[in-house]
Amino acid sequence: MVQDMTSHIRNFSIIAHIDHGKSTLADRILELTGTLSQREMEAQVLDQMDLERERGITIKLTPVRIDYRAEDGTDYQLNLIDTPGHVDFTYEVSRSLAACEGALLVVDATQGIEAQTLANTYLALDHNLTIIPVINKIDLPSANPERVRRELEELLGLDASCAILCSAKTGEGVSDVLKAVVERIPPPQGKSDESLAALIFDSKFDPYRGVIAYLRVMQGSIQPGQKIRLMNTGKEYEVNEVGVFRPALTLVDALGPGEVGFISASIKNIRDARVGDTVTDAERPVAAPLPGYRRLRPMVYCGLYPQETNEYGQLRDALEKLQLNDAALVFEPETSVALGFGFRCGFLGLLHMEIVQERLEREFKVSLIATAPNVVYEVTKTDGAVLFVDSPAKLPPPTEIETVAEPYVRASIIVPTDYIGAVMELAQEKRGTYHNMEYLDQNRVLITYDMPLSEIIFDFFDLLKSNTRGYASLDYDYLGHRKGDLVKMDILINGEPVDALSVIIHRERAQYQGRQLVEKLRSLIPRQLFEVPIQAAVGGKIIARETVRALKKDVLAKCYGGDVSRKRKLLEKQKEGKKRMKQVGSVEIPQEAFMAVLKVK
Amino acid sequence: MKKVLALAPALYIHVPFCIQKCFYCDFASRPISAPEVESYLAALEQEGRAVLASWPVSWEAPSIYVGGGTPTALRPAELERVLRVAAAFPRARGAEWTVEANPGTVDEAKLKLLLDSGVNRLSFGVQSFDDEELRFLGRIHTARDSVAAWELARRVGFSNLSLDLIYALPGQSLDSWRRTLGQAAALCPEHISAYSLSVEPETEFGRRQAAGTLEPVDDELDLALYQEAQEVLSKAGLLQYEISNFARPGYESRHNLVYWRNEPYWGLGPAATSYIGGERRTNLKKVADYCRELEVGRAPVAERELAGRELEMAETVILGLRLVQGITWERFYERFGVDLRNVYPEVIKRLAAAGLIVSDKRGLRLTPRGLAVANRVFLEFLPD
Repeated sequence: MVQDMTSHIRNFSIIAHIDHGKSTLADRILELTGTLSQREMEAQVLDQMDLERERGITIKLTPVRIDYRAEDGTDYQLNLIDTPGHVDFTYEVSRSLAACEGALLVVDATQGIEAQTLANTYLALDHNLTIIPVINKIDLPSANPERVRRELEELLGLDASCAILCSAKTGEGVSDVLKAVVERIPPPQGKSDESLAALIFDSKFDPYRGVIAYLRVMQGSIQPGQKIRLMNTGKEYEVNEVGVFRPALTLVDALGPGEVGFISASIKNIRDARVGDTVTDAERPVAAPLPGYRRLRPMVYCGLYPQETNEYGQLRDALEKLQLNDAALVFEPETSVALGFGFRCGFLGLLHMEIVQERLEREFKVSLIATAPNVVYEVTKTDGAVLFVDSPAKLPPPTEIETVAEPYVRASIIVPTDYIGAVMELAQEKRGTYHNMEYLDQNRVLITYDMPLSEIIFDFFDLLKSNTRGYASLDYDYLGHRKGDLVKMDILINGEPVDALSVIIHRERAQYQGRQLVEKLRSLIPRQLFEVPIQAAVGGKIIARETVRALKKDVLAKCYGGDVSRKRKLLEKQKEGKKRMKQVGSVEIPQEAFMAVLKVK
Repeated sequence: MKKVLALAPALYIHVPFCIQKCFYCDFASRPISAPEVESYLAALEQEGRAVLASWPVSWEAPSIYVGGGTPTALRPAELERVLRVAAAFPRARGAEWTVEANPGTVDEAKLKLLLDSGVNRLSFGVQSFDDEELRFLGRIHTARDSVAAWELARRVGFSNLSLDLIYALPGQSLDSWRRTLGQAAALCPEHISAYSLSVEPETEFGRRQAAGTLEPVDDELDLALYQEAQEVLSKAGLLQYEISNFARPGYESRHNLVYWRNEPYWGLGPAATSYIGGERRTNLKKVADYCRELEVGRAPVAERELAGRELEMAETVILGLRLVQGITWERFYERFGVDLRNVYPEVIKRLAAAGLIVSDKRGLRLTPRGLAVANRVFLEFLPD
């Protein structure tokens, strides 16, 4: 029988706005407690996806169990559960927080509270977590911990008198952080003799062991050989292995109440062990699953097509493999007149989409053509039927449409007061409806707008950053679908409609966006041997037109004996470039063109 | 079936020295320096002897071409040594022997030396008759120098003269190009090469373009200038026979025809390329490296590439299509034992339908439009 030792366990996560020092603080904690040596830490960083390193963001770290001996000599088991730092993964953040009793709220002493700080803190408060404010980067000359303290109190209503000042970079104050984790975060509650209830907060697919479910035992215990049931799918399995994160997967005999670890149980499909599901004992199940489970619904869709039509099978295999580790990724076959056979793929958000695209190209070596992303529209037809449209191509003809509704979000933007005008102008331009404005202090405001998600996924964040010199921070929450005057805009190249370029837009903005889009396409489509007209049309009416001039001269002036190989190589390069383009009718279109709509103001 | 190997190669000799590098030039050349010239000459003589030792008795070079660099930048005694290396090779009766000349580096003595050594054709790098354009190009001579050198060459006794021109210079007007063409035609040349400026990365112009200080010329203007050259020169009796070359009938450069027919040639000197038995070999580019290899008795080769049949066919078509007459079915069949029409049936059909090539009973050739966008045609013949 597992000995209850919950009083010596502390489960916590670190929440922060991007770049406020979450990863550095985590590293310091691991180093200070001897969980990882300096060398191992570098190795761990190296283990992470190239992508994360290049983007300078951490999508998610593996959980870690930390052995910590307090000053009074008591040994504690600390479990640090990381949360993804991006709005695309809000649901996963909420599940990770649900696995904890407390959170370190890291705020950059030079920047103060940002949009994600707010969003994450509210999430943590929703889960009744004990929040320990940590004011980081106090070593920097521009640090202003007093200002951050005020913001914490005024904005978040936190008691900032006990905020810990630290510098994860120099290590100053990190031991105080650990002390606070033990002293302030309550121990877990469950008992080992109760029925098993464990929350899955993450899962990975391992080709040898099947799905490895990361879980937090809320009550009861789990051990190899035990028959378990996943409550939302109802499926039952026998546990093969039980282990903890040190941070390498390390097998243990059992996991008791309050503990964090993993199990493998010959679960073949990651969709059978979804984040948020409850693991219980098949023979002695709990009455109800843990609260908060929700199936992830993709918010953003795009078409993914292989560059070469014969790579369709490869793309399908690659998507299937990625899906093994990514329960949020959905895809189904789709055919485009312009691009041939491909897939309509759904993602949690734009970052998620970009990550998947890059991984397909890098890890699976599939050359992709991606169409511009779109949100899911709720279409009510004249006959009363309601359908969800995830692709402009699937929008019914205008005569059959009663209404079209699009997803809205509440965008929270924090900016210095100097930029209030710029932000409001931009939000209005992007069809935002003003909701609220709140002064955070004399210099900063929190502005909230209700906005169509489609405007956010286009270029809102980039424009927000550039219009506020990088000072603005953004977060958003899904509000639901709202009706709008939305129409499909078709693009005709050389007189032929190119289905993969169609977009759904607001009628009032059609003229402007149409002009912008054809202009952008004109600059992206290289000159061909003939003139290529590019037109935008709504409901069969041309609303904008540009022309790619015909190529007049393209010839290597000189080719003598010494030049033959070199000139041939130039031609080969030119041919490669042509091959990377998609032949649509008689026109060669570069792959960037299919994303052009994203670059339209 | 004629074996290419059986055909005697043309001979090319590279002289890698210049007084000053022109801003558009990416050929192998260096500022002239006496000690380096001396070791170059010794190495060239060594290479000549080595090649000659294995030269089949039956081979008579159909043409000789001494290019550079600037062969005429050498002093007479130095130039003579180069000419002697060339003259040592057996050549066909009446073989064309061309030497490239810079109008700023010839005098009567050098011209006489060339003529007396057997050189029967000079190719002058005139480039433009506008002094401002010449300065822009980094040329060391003026338009007057060109005319004077030209007249001197005629007086000395050269009856086959060619001149090079460059057009589509940034900022060049149709008028200024017209003036240059008119002055070129007035010299009654037997041959003119007119090149659209191509900006290569490893040149002064390449660097300027990368830095944004040199605007490339719009291809519509480029085409207008090209058409102007075709018109003016044909009126002057110089008929276009290649993408950039014009000649009085019978004065087409025989040496260059060897290249465009993808026939064999042997190159001597640094960076010189040989094409023998289907293998392309390029000598070491750096003069010092070239000399060192020869000093220790090794072939100064930097790169070898054996084309293989598929690529050889493609190159034969690509080079052959540069000629206005194109490539004949017969010649291709003689060389490869297959009908060209059966090798690229789809490509030929497609390009003909697009109005870029003509395929008639004689062979395959570019249309006037095809000449202007020839790269688009060439790519289609490259193996995937």
